[in-house]
Amino acid sequence: MDAAGHEDVSRHMGKYYVVFVALLCLTAVTVGVSYLHLTRPLAITVALIIAAVKAGMVAAVFMHLISEKKVIYAVLILTALFFALLLALPNLTTFEHHSGMPGT
Amino acid sequence: MTDHGHHELPFWRKYIFSVDHKVIGIQYAVTALVFLFFGFSLMMLMRWQLAYPGQPLPVFGKLLGETAMPGGVMAPEFYNQLGAMHGTIMVFLGVVPLAVGGFGNFVVPLQIGAPDMAFPRLNMVSYWVFLPGCILMLCSFLMPGGAAQSGWTSYPPLSDIAPSGQTVWCLAMVLIITSSLLGSINFIVTIVQLRAKGLSFWRLPFFVHAQLVTAFLLLLAFPPLEAATVMQIMDRVAGTSFFLPSGLVVSGEQLKVAGGGSPLLWQHLFWFLAHPEVYVLILPGMGIVAEVIANNTRKPLWGYRLLVYSVIFIGFMSFVVWAHHMFMTGMGTTMSTFFQTTTMIISIPSVVILTCFIMSLYGGNIRFTTPMLFATAFLPMFAIGGLTGLPLGLTAADIYLHDTFYVIGHFHYVVAPGTLFALFAGVYYWYPKATGRQLSDKLGKVHFWLSFVAINLVFMPMFFQGMAGLSRRLYDPTVYAHGRGVQALNVLISWGAWGLAIAQLPFIINFVMSLRAGARVAENPWHSTTLEWAAPSPPGHGNFLTEPVVYREPYEYSVPGKTKDYSPQFQAEG
Amino acid sequence: MSETVIPYMVKPHPVTGLPNGKLGIWLFLASEVMLFGALFSSYVLIRIGAPHWPPEGGLSSEILNVPLGTFNTAVLITSSITMVLAWASCKMGSLPRFKMWMSATVFLALVFLVVKYFEYSDKFHHDHFPSHDNFFAVYFLLTGLHGLHIVGGIVVNTFLLTAGSKMWQTDPEHFTNRVENAGLYWHFVDLVWIFLFPSLYLL
Repeated sequence: MDAAGHEDVSRHMGKYYVVFVALLCLTAVTVGVSYLHLTRPLAITVALIIAAVKAGMVAAVFMHLISEKKVIYAVLILTALFFALLLALPNLTTFEHHSGMPGT
Repeated sequence: MTDHGHHELPFWRKYIFSVDHKVIGIQYAVTALVFLFFGFSLMMLMRWQLAYPGQPLPVFGKLLGETAMPGGVMAPEFYNQLGAMHGTIMVFLGVVPLAVGGFGNFVVPLQIGAPDMAFPRLNMVSYWVFLPGCILMLCSFLMPGGAAQSGWTSYPPLSDIAPSGQTVWCLAMVLIITSSLLGSINFIVTIVQLRAKGLSFWRLPFFVHAQLVTAFLLLLAFPPLEAATVMQIMDRVAGTSFFLPSGLVVSGEQLKVAGGGSPLLWQHLFWFLAHPEVYVLILPGMGIVAEVIANNTRKPLWGYRLLVYSVIFIGFMSFVVWAHHMFMTGMGTTMSTFFQTTTMIISIPSVVILTCFIMSLYGGNIRFTTPMLFATAFLPMFAIGGLTGLPLGLTAADIYLHDTFYVIGHFHYVVAPGTLFALFAGVYYWYPKATGRQLSDKLGKVHFWLSFVAINLVFMPMFFQGMAGLSRRLYDPTVYAHGRGVQALNVLISWGAWGLAIAQLPFIINFVMSLRAGARVAENPWHSTTLEWAAPSPPGHGNFLTEPVVYREPYEYSVPGKTKDYSPQFQAEG
Repeated sequence: MSETVIPYMVKPHPVTGLPNGKLGIWLFLASEVMLFGALFSSYVLIRIGAPHWPPEGGLSSEILNVPLGTFNTAVLITSSITMVLAWASCKMGSLPRFKMWMSATVFLALVFLVVKYFEYSDKFHHDHFPSHDNFFAVYFLLTGLHGLHIVGGIVVNTFLLTAGSKMWQTDPEHFTNRVENAGLYWHFVDLVWIFLFPSLYLL
């Protein structure tokens, strides 16, 4: 927390408003896209990409992640990796089909 | 670091709602020891049924009431409750609170030269969320239908339809998990931020490295179980079907639920925690063994950097092996091969750690103090536990061994003569620091030898029972011919267990009596090198009289050219 | 035995560059990623295993109220910017502005909860409880747990607005750190909703 925090912050304010407007726009986009009734896989992909972009902006700008310290990055990368494993492995394990019969 | 303070706190803020890590550590340790003995007692009851199936239990049989023990004979439902609660209590209310809450809280700030944990009030909150969780867990025995009785693993659908004690189990687990999460945040921030001047990462005692990895395991692995527990509560209370498949029939009737759920989902979420949990069970113990071995061989640990890399690697790998507990659930060969491979890989760093410890003994000037006896015994005991894990990690062999007594033998070897012995070593080693008095070495040695013999009598025969095909969680082994074939071993094991209980008496007597009658000690009775031995015994508020500075590595024993056989980290000249 | 002074409570650690509280809150958020991650993973597993989704037929967007969900998304996004402004007011030395923006944040959070109340009671009115089928079970579980996190945020933010703000008089830098940490938690809650909304309402 620097003594010059006062000026630093007021210079950054513009970024915060831009992100705010972008988030609202992307929300509108994601709802709009849902009315296109894309095929399931495409709909999921597009929705998650938009969500990831929104989340990325919140994380990078609102949460200051873009200028954070290495320790935090290390913790988050580790967490992201374990999250990915938690998402992937149970589903791969449960739904691995061989004979084409469910559960086998 | 010295206490700039003035007024004495009132009793309730000094000893009850204390924010001092040493008081909190002792609170955790004492609570955990009580629950270890309670969980042990539950098992002693089970051992009666296993040794003498269907026979009334003398004395205690009538005391436990007609529901649990009709006519003094154990009811099968009560046997199941004892089993589920023994496991739950030993793991979550006993070993981890002692290893992490007790030893971690007390020792880590001292070993890194900090005045306390990073968040002392959060630390206090952690304990006071933990204790109600414990009490709630105990209260589950009073619920109609009894306590949780679906294994410590609480697999649905059975756990979803079990009596109300299971809901209490879930609620208690939510409290205990929350306490653990708050604690793990505290440990990580403390170790990262509050190290003394000169205490770089590569100068940390191995105990601290072990606790840091353990804290990360707790932080990242517990939340999925918390989520799963909430889902089980919803299944049981709100009628959801997260874990209930469609078309489930109970007692001849179709269950009136929406269905569409997956029992396997619970297993994935449970084991995602429970596998790292077993490393939470062993790592602090390995940390203690490292400290005690270095101190009692009067030489540096062999392969310190290798140990650190290994423990970090174990921590990481522990997140990707969990489905080896699920080999029998109908997984396809690709995924089971994946988990088998990662399981084999994770055995490597464990072997490396054990090898480094054994090599640390070689050429040492060994003092067989009581802590050293326990730490040395840990080595072959952990080796047996670890080696017997290998067939379980290989899918082909696991087909036969899964859910047999072989598994019980395997994991108890690692936790009981493994971790528990390491924890005993820690008690004998750090008791002087915490109390300012020595425990009796004579009583300690009696405790050690009796325990060592008894504990092997209890767990070694289980491998043979398992290989004969005897299932775990079986109320009456003699209903099966293959069970009758190994029934004699059940009698041996049970008497071993009751003997093991008696073997703890010298420990309890020693622990209590030495508080008043033990020989007084100065700061460093073991002539150790790590920072906690710079503080007074016991340390006062703020821990150190002057701010500690670290000048060297953690295990500078028998440095050539020095007069003393130890050069403490905190002394400017050796 | 007065309180021990813990280093780096306010000033950042020379090597890590972080004050204790900031590292602490990020670690907490890491555990929350695993918590909500487990819930998402469960949703995926249950949904893939279902013959069709929603189990009762139709589309998620027909069962759940998309306009209300969209509105709530905008509410949370706005509350995030007001939270940033609250923190920025602290950094720029103005307690009154902090109080204004933090009050806005708390107000918007309450609006979110009120909307959720209407959504939930509408569902209950039509006998759509969590037990109805797994679509509703998942919906109530995920939004319910998220809602509890909103309540937690309201409690913390209200504390900072009221009793907690006394710290501004004695140690404004420490107070600003606390606001920043509360902000990190709050943005995370917003972030979870950013994924929850399309996953539950639109897909």
